[in-house]
Amino acid sequence: MSDLLFFTEVTLAGLGAGALLSLTALAFVLIYKATRVINLAVGEIVMLGAYLFFAFAAGLGLPAWVAIVLSIAGGGLVGAILERGLIRPMLGENPISVFMVTIGIGSVVVGLVELLWGTEPRALPAFLGNQPIFLGEAYVSRKIAIAFLVSAVVIAGFVLLFRFWRGGVALRATASDQAAAYSCGINVPGVFSVAWIIGCATAAGAGILLGSIGGISPAMGVFGLSALVVVIVGGLDSIAGALIGGLLIGVFEAWAGTYLGGEYKIVTTFGILIAMLMIRPYGLFGTTEIERL
Amino acid sequence: MLIGTAKHSYRADEALLTTSPQRLWMAILLIALALAPLALDNYWLYLACLVSINVASATGLNILTGFTGLVSIGQAAFMAVGAYTVAVLEARTGLPFLVNLVVGGAVAACVGLVVGLPSLRVKGLYLAIATIAASFILHFVFVNWQSVTNGNSGINVTPASLFGVELTDYVHLYYVFVPITALMVLGAANLFRTRIGRAFIAIRDRDISAEVLGISLLRYKLLSFAVSSFYAGVAGGMWAYFFRVVTPESFPFIYSIFFLAAIIVGGMGTILGGVVGAVFMTLVPELLRFAVEWLTTIFPNAVTALSPIRTIVFGALIIGFLIAEPKGLAEIIQRIRRFFHLWPFRK
Amino acid sequence: MSAPVSLKPHRGAATQAEAARKGAPSGAAASLEVEGVSLSFGGVKALRDVSFSVAPGSITALIGPNGAGKTSMFNCISGFYKPQQGTIRYNGEDITRMHPPHRARIGFARTFQNIALFRGMTVLDNIKLGRHAHLKTNILDAFAYWGRAAREEMELRRDVEERIIDFLEINHIRNMPVAALSYGLQKRVELARALAMHPRILLLDEPVAGMNREETEDMARFILDVKEEWGTTILMVEHDMGMVMDISDHVVVLNFGEVIASGLPHEVQGNAQVAEAYLGAGEPAAIKEKIHKRASVA
Ligand SMILES: Nc1ncnc2c1ncn2[C@@H]1O[C@H](COP(=O)(O)OP(=O)(O)OP(=O)(O)O)[C@@H](O)[C@H]1O
Ligand SMILES: [Mg+2]
Repeated sequence: MSDLLFFTEVTLAGLGAGALLSLTALAFVLIYKATRVINLAVGEIVMLGAYLFFAFAAGLGLPAWVAIVLSIAGGGLVGAILERGLIRPMLGENPISVFMVTIGIGSVVVGLVELLWGTEPRALPAFLGNQPIFLGEAYVSRKIAIAFLVSAVVIAGFVLLFRFWRGGVALRATASDQAAAYSCGINVPGVFSVAWIIGCATAAGAGILLGSIGGISPAMGVFGLSALVVVIVGGLDSIAGALIGGLLIGVFEAWAGTYLGGEYKIVTTFGILIAMLMIRPYGLFGTTEIERL
Repeated sequence: MLIGTAKHSYRADEALLTTSPQRLWMAILLIALALAPLALDNYWLYLACLVSINVASATGLNILTGFTGLVSIGQAAFMAVGAYTVAVLEARTGLPFLVNLVVGGAVAACVGLVVGLPSLRVKGLYLAIATIAASFILHFVFVNWQSVTNGNSGINVTPASLFGVELTDYVHLYYVFVPITALMVLGAANLFRTRIGRAFIAIRDRDISAEVLGISLLRYKLLSFAVSSFYAGVAGGMWAYFFRVVTPESFPFIYSIFFLAAIIVGGMGTILGGVVGAVFMTLVPELLRFAVEWLTTIFPNAVTALSPIRTIVFGALIIGFLIAEPKGLAEIIQRIRRFFHLWPFRK
Repeated sequence: MSAPVSLKPHRGAATQAEAARKGAPSGAAASLEVEGVSLSFGGVKALRDVSFSVAPGSITALIGPNGAGKTSMFNCISGFYKPQQGTIRYNGEDITRMHPPHRARIGFARTFQNIALFRGMTVLDNIKLGRHAHLKTNILDAFAYWGRAAREEMELRRDVEERIIDFLEINHIRNMPVAALSYGLQKRVELARALAMHPRILLLDEPVAGMNREETEDMARFILDVKEEWGTTILMVEHDMGMVMDISDHVVVLNFGEVIASGLPHEVQGNAQVAEAYLGAGEPAAIKEKIHKRASVA
């Protein structure tokens, strides 16, 4: 097999993984844009989504599509509960405190999942099929290709939603100035809830895809850290940033993992992060914050 | 303000403990610490040593995060640097263990300086994330720098020895660790009686005005990182002498979050907070163990639930304190103190 | 300068000799020259070719309608903004690019329009913080709090107590957290912190904004005392025309980032352009009234 072909395959796999990162990063961005909260529990919601699917599909034996719908709805429900119960009381607090609350949430979710399903890794019931796909000559795993397509469709959907749907406009207005949005009659708390619901539902959906590729375990929430790097690189409040950042990190991780060795994946990711923070602290597309005396 | 604190002189007013009850309670605490090993069994001595290590490290993180406002989620990684330094020194040189501890702290401080560099460009959450990145990169170094760290198998540490006595018993370690930690806590308290501590707080409260008032952000942000990492390094060194083996997995990412949780629960920005937070968060999992052991008399399977329950309680404590008591246990203690006023000296 | 009629007589004001004994910097008042300074934020030209000078030991007032660029000028002088053009000279030395903390060390001190006290500290610590750049305690001294560090802190405490807290009459609040103080007292603590810096030039951004009559008069008296007893040069931004006319030696008027007038208070008062600048900017006509009224009093 030619080196070039191999390189193409690695890159395609990276793009597939990157699409999943983008999707998870999107959950970060949605929530951050509306509420200015960095939700470090997104990774754990991803994990929870995968376990919900496992429970519905393997535990209750429901058809895959029903299990998917239920898990995504479950993610949204969790988002609603978290926002209403834990995040809203923190409104106006120092953003770092809120960030730490989300760390606490992550820990509680991990604990609950371990309590219910144990700590050992499991496989999700296969529903994506295994037949490889060939792009020209290049081999692509079917699961990764599907993950890529689904992520692309969902992200495109969000972009359209943001542009044209009234709620999307309200969300953007809230993002640019909460007080002004309030005075324009926008239901800001409502926007907060919706952002958390959609964000967590998206994360849960990403979890199903991620779990069907690599299996599930209570530790799979660390995926959230890679997605966090993506949003920092792309810009915390930028959907385009999440998309491009995700693909970039996905491809770089794939290259590093293949050509340098698996253990280089994480260093590459975090190396990119540090470089980004030093060169362009607010990311490729993020809004720079101005300080005044 | 409490009455009964008539100022005799500036010196008395600037003392660490300004009232007689404070001095009395401190004396009682010190005596209790000195005599504790007489009353404690081996298991509790083990816990006391662990508490002492965690208090030292949490106090360091409190200087950085609680007092200077620079959030770090990498304290455990700095501890690892100290632990590895001590392990390597112990294996390859004949230096006395106190020297090793100090060198461990110093190396960690240097690493802290480097990790602190992004704090000059970014702050708040961005900085927190940079420290996460740094800790993963350090982990990578521990795994891959074979010639020094011995990779995944790690390094065995020979026991420390003092005046010819090998410190293997928990009692011995207790009498070494507790004074070291006490000195470190005292040093931290002293720091905030001087211009350096004030500069840290000023940076936390309003960094840009602080700069106009004559505080170099460059110098003091990095200094805070260095001091905090020094504390972590020394704590990590004690850890190495305590557990006697250091591997890349000895200081997992969750341990960094543990320290953050400790200062949140204890109370950020107060010395007392860092101490009580670390004590509390170290002991809670043990209390949970007792609770679960008791539960096994009813549900024989309860043991398997111990670890998840600990994880849940850990998260719930962070959330609960941030929402209900953001100033932490230290504030609760202050409230109790105000309630009892100057007791037992005056009613 | 005419005697400030509305001011109360000094209570317990120290004499020159007394001030010298207390270690206040004497003589050597600093001068400041601003030459052709321009500053813009994207499209907004906050300052255009601004030039003026502040004579040693004088009180100079920088006035102008809202958004004229006064605070921006202050920020250039204290180093928080870097002007795109022009130079700022301190005692003849070009400091345009000097790092802010360094400026504090050579004798700059300021207060802020939006009070910038450190909320996590007591009044006493806020004031002590001002002295930072002149202290020497290093990290090892600090840990031990022995010898040098302790001595330095005791000296600092005495200096702050005797030279500043007594002077500004804030004894009763020294151990309070600043967040608990009234607005007027917070402004006073800010002045105290600035004085702790042993300034040779003091920048005051709206020192009496939002204060009532009595608080304003107290503040005016403190500012005059600082100038007279310690010979500190003072540059002040203020909207209260009465106070400006009463205590300043020299007035510079900014409008839309440009100097439109400068001179002695009574000269500026009579300036038609100045009155227009205020009216044109939509300030209530009362200001014009006030300017005339103060003119007749003085
Ligand atoms: N950091 C900044 N970024 C963008 N524009 C700024 C900044 N700082 C000041 N400006 C603009 O510069 C102009 C001058 O502002 P400045 O604060 O200096 O006015 P001022 O004279 O102090 O007004 P006031 O009397 O209201 O305090 C204003 O148009 C303001 O919006
Ligand atoms: Mg202003």
